[in-house]
Amino acid sequence: MIKGNSWALKLSAGFGFVFLYAPIIALILYSFNESKLVTVWGGWSLKWYGELFRNEQIMNAAWISLKIALISATLAAVLGTLAGFVLSRMRKFRGKTILSGWVTAPLVMPEVITGLSLLLLFVAMESMFGWPAGRGTTTIVIAHTTFCLAYVAVVVQSRLASLDETLEEAAMDLGAKPVSLFFLITLPLISPAILSGWLLSFTLSLDDLVIASFVSGPGNSTLPMVIFSKVRLGVTPEINALATLMILAVSVAVVAAIVIMRRQNRFQGP
Amino acid sequence: MSVSSVMPQTTSQAKPSWRQTDAEPFVRIEQITKQFGDFTAVNNVSLDIYQNELFCLLGGSGSGKSTLLRMLAGFEAPTSGRIIIDGVDMSHTPPWERPVNMMFQSYALFPHLSVEANVAFGLKREGLPNAEVKKRVADILDMVQLGHLARRKPHMLSGGQRQRVALARSLVKQPKLLLLDEPLGALDKKLREETQFELMRLQEELGITFIVVTHDQEEAMTLATRIGVMNHGVIVQTAEPHDMYEYPSNRFVAEFIGNVNMFEGTVVTDERDSATVHCNDLQGLVYLDHGISCASNQSVSVAIRPEKLRITRDAPNTPHNRCEGVITEVAYMGSQSIYKVRLASGCEVRVTQPNAQRDSGDRLTWDDHVHLSWDPDSSVVLTS
Repeated sequence: MIKGNSWALKLSAGFGFVFLYAPIIALILYSFNESKLVTVWGGWSLKWYGELFRNEQIMNAAWISLKIALISATLAAVLGTLAGFVLSRMRKFRGKTILSGWVTAPLVMPEVITGLSLLLLFVAMESMFGWPAGRGTTTIVIAHTTFCLAYVAVVVQSRLASLDETLEEAAMDLGAKPVSLFFLITLPLISPAILSGWLLSFTLSLDDLVIASFVSGPGNSTLPMVIFSKVRLGVTPEINALATLMILAVSVAVVAAIVIMRRQNRFQGP
Repeated sequence: MSVSSVMPQTTSQAKPSWRQTDAEPFVRIEQITKQFGDFTAVNNVSLDIYQNELFCLLGGSGSGKSTLLRMLAGFEAPTSGRIIIDGVDMSHTPPWERPVNMMFQSYALFPHLSVEANVAFGLKREGLPNAEVKKRVADILDMVQLGHLARRKPHMLSGGQRQRVALARSLVKQPKLLLLDEPLGALDKKLREETQFELMRLQEELGITFIVVTHDQEEAMTLATRIGVMNHGVIVQTAEPHDMYEYPSNRFVAEFIGNVNMFEGTVVTDERDSATVHCNDLQGLVYLDHGISCASNQSVSVAIRPEKLRITRDAPNTPHNRCEGVITEVAYMGSQSIYKVRLASGCEVRVTQPNAQRDSGDRLTWDDHVHLSWDPDSSVVLTS
């Protein structure tokens, strides 16, 4: 057994972190590059951030992505909470294991398959009921809600599993009927899990390229789609600036999710 | 200790309701059975509990006492049987409609609400006006001496303070019946003793019927007006603490409550006002001053409490109820000493003696040869 942090441990940790973060740090550094060439250092500058905010195509895509992320994270939080609640509270019945497996399947399903199957579904639905008409923001929102729901369901389910059931019994004993019990006791106690599920969904939706590529339509490109099409024509320093901002946004959301998850444990302390 | 001995001024003459044959029970449990799959947690239990009682359900873990309590609260539906509270059949009434409140073993305080809001929770569900809720919460918090902590969250309180919040929360709705699940289980010994008397004081002041579940026989003896001992889902005996200790009805109760020396024997004579039992272990006859109404030659157990035995160096001058042996162990406990005496038959007997004198000079010690004796009314004969 290794007691304390030996030099071997420190070295391998250091190597791992360099491996993970060196590319990202390089990208952030080059976003402050004066030069027009991505690989040549020309001194410090915020020039490309200015260019970025004047680029209407990118700003438009950013707005669409933000809108989609907000709506689908919210829908996923509501539906995922319901799914998690049902899965943890229903008594054992035949097929419960399969059902909970189904809810979490999108977590491991290749995105290509999810995207393709949703596209086929939307096309079939359009020819049968005429809704959703064409592909666009609506279909992306539905698609993102579908796979984000799974994340929220898992987080909420595990929170409910660790929740002291006597709290709910105590509330009933004091006269709370099932509906007020849910809104006054259960919901506040699982709200940190829902919030962190929401933040997770928000970042997943903001990041997604594959599924959105399948189910979006003309004039509805999300930010990752625009970036991807741009880099195929050659990387511009503008994209570096954009990527830096996205890393910032995602890091803030993920750190917030972790902090919220941690705080919920404080309630259960002695 | 029963209520009648705690407050002789109010109940000096009146018989407590559970001793009256015609009294109306407040809680009537009728042939309740609860099964979880193949496992029978509570097996055909019938029990009457009267107004203002402090009834203790006593038993080990898995005896069914908690399941019985949860059925009274409404968290479990009985498989069969009825629960009648204050004249109304409540067997299948949901918990939020029962005039019953419960104090949980874990206290189950809502972690996201302040002390005040925890206590107010039940009153708000009744839809009482804000001013009245405020007043009643303040009153009950004063009663449990927690007024100054009203705005704290539960995780900022000590164990004893949480216990009092839980108590206040369950009392504030003025339930007809209060259920307490191991109410003192999580407290340390000194706090537990103080709280025991606090509970008894509250119960007398408020006039609420209490049902307490506990595995601690000392706690049950101190608190209860009556005790029901449970084992394997069945109530083995229901009695007042004194009777439970002095007249256990079977071996389980005798051994579960307090310490006891148990000797196997056979009945020799059995008359209306006397009986004799021969015990091989004691190498002689046990003489009793009352009949035991069973067949002669029937095998029985004779139970003698350690403190009912006299231990002397000199032979006692009675023909019966005596034996002799050698001291194998001595434990000095301060107020009393415990001796283990090995009889000639090889059987070990436990004897306790109060240390009445500071220095008795001739103190009994290891390997001393001693005589044990007891009175005809000290032993109990058990047939089951």
